[in-house]
Amino acid sequence: MSPFEYAPAPESRSIVDLQPSYGLFVDGEFTPGRGTPLTTVNPATEEVLSEIAVGTDADVDRAVRAARRAFTRVWGPMRPADRGKYLFRIARLLQERAREFAVLETLDNGKPITESRDVDVPLAAAHFFYHAGWADKLDHVGLGAAPRPHGVAGQVIPWNFPLMMLAWKVAPALAAGNTVVLKPAETTPLTALLFAEVCQQADLPPGVVNIVTGAGDTGRAVVEHPDVDKVAFTGSTEVGKQIARAVAGTSKVLTLELGGKAANIVFDDAPIDQAVEGIVRGIFFNQGHVCCAGSRLLVQESVHDEVIASLQRRIGTLRVGDPLDKNTDVGAINSAEQLARIRELVGIGEAEGAHPWQPAGELPDRGFWFKPTVFTDVSPAHRIARDEVFGPVLSVLTFRTPDEAVAKANNSTYGLSAGIWSEKGSRILSIANQLRAGVVWANTFNQFDPTSPFGGYKQSGYGREGGRLGLRAYLKES
Amino acid sequence: MPERLEVRKTYKLYLGGKFPRSESGRTYEVTDSRGRFVANAAWASRKDARDAVVAARGAFAGWSGATAYNRGQVLYRVAEVMEGRAAQFADEVAAGEGLSATKARAAVDAAIDRWVWYAGWTDKLASVLGGTNPVAGPYFDFSLPEPTGVVAVLAPQRSSLLGLVSVVAPVLATGCTAVVVSSKERPLPAITLGEVLATSDVPGGVVNLLTGDAAEIGPWLAEHADVDGIDLAGSGTTAMELERSAAGTLKRVLRTTAEEPDWTADPGLSRMTPFLETKTVWHPIGL
Amino acid sequence: MLSVVSGMMTGVTPTGSTALDPAAPGAVAAPGAPRTLDAYADVTRSDAAFRAFLHGLPGVDQVGAEARAAQLGTRSIKTTAKAWAIDTAISMVDLTTLEGADTPGKVRALAAKARRPDATDPGCPPVAAVCVYGDLAGVATEALAGSGIHTAAVATAFPSGRASRAVKLADVRDAVANGADEIDMVIDRGAFLAGRYLDVFEEVVAVKEACGSAHLKVILETGELRTYDAVRRASWLAMLAGGDFIKTSTGKVSPAATLPVCLVMLEAVRDFRAATGVQIGVKPAGGIKTTKDAVKHLVMINEVVGPDWLSPDWFRFGASSLLNDLLLQRQKLRTGHYSGPDHVSVD
Repeated sequence: MSPFEYAPAPESRSIVDLQPSYGLFVDGEFTPGRGTPLTTVNPATEEVLSEIAVGTDADVDRAVRAARRAFTRVWGPMRPADRGKYLFRIARLLQERAREFAVLETLDNGKPITESRDVDVPLAAAHFFYHAGWADKLDHVGLGAAPRPHGVAGQVIPWNFPLMMLAWKVAPALAAGNTVVLKPAETTPLTALLFAEVCQQADLPPGVVNIVTGAGDTGRAVVEHPDVDKVAFTGSTEVGKQIARAVAGTSKVLTLELGGKAANIVFDDAPIDQAVEGIVRGIFFNQGHVCCAGSRLLVQESVHDEVIASLQRRIGTLRVGDPLDKNTDVGAINSAEQLARIRELVGIGEAEGAHPWQPAGELPDRGFWFKPTVFTDVSPAHRIARDEVFGPVLSVLTFRTPDEAVAKANNSTYGLSAGIWSEKGSRILSIANQLRAGVVWANTFNQFDPTSPFGGYKQSGYGREGGRLGLRAYLKES
Repeated sequence: MPERLEVRKTYKLYLGGKFPRSESGRTYEVTDSRGRFVANAAWASRKDARDAVVAARGAFAGWSGATAYNRGQVLYRVAEVMEGRAAQFADEVAAGEGLSATKARAAVDAAIDRWVWYAGWTDKLASVLGGTNPVAGPYFDFSLPEPTGVVAVLAPQRSSLLGLVSVVAPVLATGCTAVVVSSKERPLPAITLGEVLATSDVPGGVVNLLTGDAAEIGPWLAEHADVDGIDLAGSGTTAMELERSAAGTLKRVLRTTAEEPDWTADPGLSRMTPFLETKTVWHPIGL
Repeated sequence: MLSVVSGMMTGVTPTGSTALDPAAPGAVAAPGAPRTLDAYADVTRSDAAFRAFLHGLPGVDQVGAEARAAQLGTRSIKTTAKAWAIDTAISMVDLTTLEGADTPGKVRALAAKARRPDATDPGCPPVAAVCVYGDLAGVATEALAGSGIHTAAVATAFPSGRASRAVKLADVRDAVANGADEIDMVIDRGAFLAGRYLDVFEEVVAVKEACGSAHLKVILETGELRTYDAVRRASWLAMLAGGDFIKTSTGKVSPAATLPVCLVMLEAVRDFRAATGVQIGVKPAGGIKTTKDAVKHLVMINEVVGPDWLSPDWFRFGASSLLNDLLLQRQKLRTGHYSGPDHVSVD
């Protein structure tokens, strides 16, 4: 035991003004939904946080009509510089209310407050700042002079980075001149609804942003609505395929940001201490609820034992517990459903003969928790080497030569991201060239920036988010 | 003197750099626009399509791994060889599409020029579509376009050479390899293009030309798990069904229009970007 | 079988957070590692072999190391944890005066403060050592007699180290003769940066011998080494040569101690113990002025090398003004209100 026990350091939740129930945000106002409401819970305690309206087909239709009206009458004709100013306003408001957003995100999602405070919310604000500046410079995105927005964008986002994913979707859509109907994830709607308040506070014209909460049926209604011109989805590959099928034969433009099973490749000449940090950040950041998580560690055989020993030691120092505590590194699993899926896949990994390891220590007895887990002796044929777990579970495979590393890394139906750890520049560039992945982090992992295009190869989806290329998805040549 | 008896042609597929018959043994008669017999063509089967995908996958690493300059040189060489065969192409276009000699020759010229245009794109794409990203941290961050992989191309049914070139050349310029299903009724320019490719410097398997029915082969290609993208240009009424099938493996889909577009129009990047991925690479900047 | 996979989770309510395995940091020896320094005798047999060894150590990525240090710096240490940290930090201070203007009077005043840092509170722990130039080590030793507080003397032509080896060794012997039981030597950075690793190594070996029973702290002067790779190599050099502590800086060169430099050195002592079984201490010096800085270092020890290093035997702060800030913060915790500079003694 260490004599240095950190006293609880909880972030106060008093800054958050939770309402007992929330409506849909349509045409600038909160209105009731016609579906049977959902409840959203704090996954760290299972405490019910609020009741959430559920949008039906009719509600979605109302939202799309509001968005169409706003597109035709207000947002489309508006001077581009003024559209930009609204986005700047929103960005500033996100910064001003950053603590409130961070606490709310942590309550609803279960992620550590340090992450919502230092990653999710600042990146969300950064996305609005970045895209605000684009609004009156669209001639320079590479689609010729005066490119045009598609019209109404229907967007469906996941529960792992609720506000950040909202920003990745809404900011470029609005900057390009589209209006939006956004469906937040069923288990994490609260920051999107607070964002709706921010839209009101910014005097954003009604109908430009509409937020329709609900579950899968609501999302389907958004995607399939005939008056939606552009569909953007982040979520599972399975749902992505359904959406691709649904928009087939229509004129809807589609971008998909889906699952992944990233290889994080550690060569024997890696900066080992930083590599271990990168492995930890790669798979335990946000409880592993990250589509680009480095969930397959590919380590060169000659350093395997050393890396695993260091990794296990490091994992032992991770602090698990109250997500609102400022010293928490690993928070709660987002839902009982996700916890069940993680348990199922971990059980399969054990049954297949891989060797699981977990650090000592206890987990809270209420809420949804799963210990950081490392599987060694994983074979490329194992389910835990192929399926996305979307949890704090790392599968360790080995390689002997760079060719073998590349072959194993690319041996996946996914292609979202990858990591390379080596001190040899030319090797990094060679491996980066050969990896079939949309984002390659060399000697770092899980870095994000609004200027940097993000998105996958193969069944990790298509289209990019961020940068000039991300913005192009919301525009067409005139 | 008796008139010389014509040597009639039975054409084969162009697959993996070779000219095999259809594995099915099937052929069909190709006629000109007035219904007169022109030649026998191989009628490709799903197994030919399967073999073509294997060939295209095998050629992908080499073709995508070649320098952009090299790919440009190879593609330009194709245009040179096409120029030498311009008269043959013109005859085939005239016969198949029922065009006057002048119009057919104009279409051939446009096709060769289009090929040259794409040859010049290979080493520009990365500059136009990639670049460095000024991220807010101590990282060097750049994005570059990369070919998506194996692309199935259902060539236009009407424009047998200009249309064909307009859908094949962009796929090659990106660094992808292609499995092409030619116009069913007007396959001769595609067959001749195969001969051009075989006698230029394009490595075997980079382009695989199947003559036959896109409606028959298309679904197999749309569902094939080792095909990364599909150009639906010549898919006609099957387009929606093929797009739905392609969704099962999340292929990159280039949709088609009800009417064939005006192939003489400047295509911009529109036929290349669907088959390009963007790779973003991060690296710390430190001592 | 994983107990958590299928069964109930046992545990605590989620108030606060706990390290999963508090014994984890520093606990792991490299598999098959030798438990003695003898195994490393070979690496110093020639300049070439030594260079190959030092350059074969894993590199340090600057951005990653600095990000990790910054991340540890965000720990929130409050209430009881803070009180413990402040007292621990006070007990780790090498209270230092290294000025040309130093006099016996100044050193005696410092010694008095070292014994009883807060005159208003007898519960305040004493510091670890008083650190002076060698000629004043006798004054310090006399003033500290019976307190258990160590006398540390800088030596080897501190701070530049630019003198002949004979002069450096005489400097060490003189300080030890004056009563110093800890010697803070500087390495020859010129030789190190020129790649003459064996020269540097042999000098440390010689100084260690001259120290006799006095503990040897080896100052790397990391501000002159510039890269973390060099810091890691110099750390291993100093440890292999017999240094008891590795120390960041003289305090005369900027930058002096920084969190990432300390991180790299802590990783080095952690790995060295895993490889040899020999534990080495770490002393950041210079630039650590506030309680917040000190607490960040303690957090870093806790999470990088573990509680084995959370003691003045294994970790020191080379500082002068730090002590007063620790005392002010301590008074604040004790009284509940903010204190002021007139409530601690000037040095």
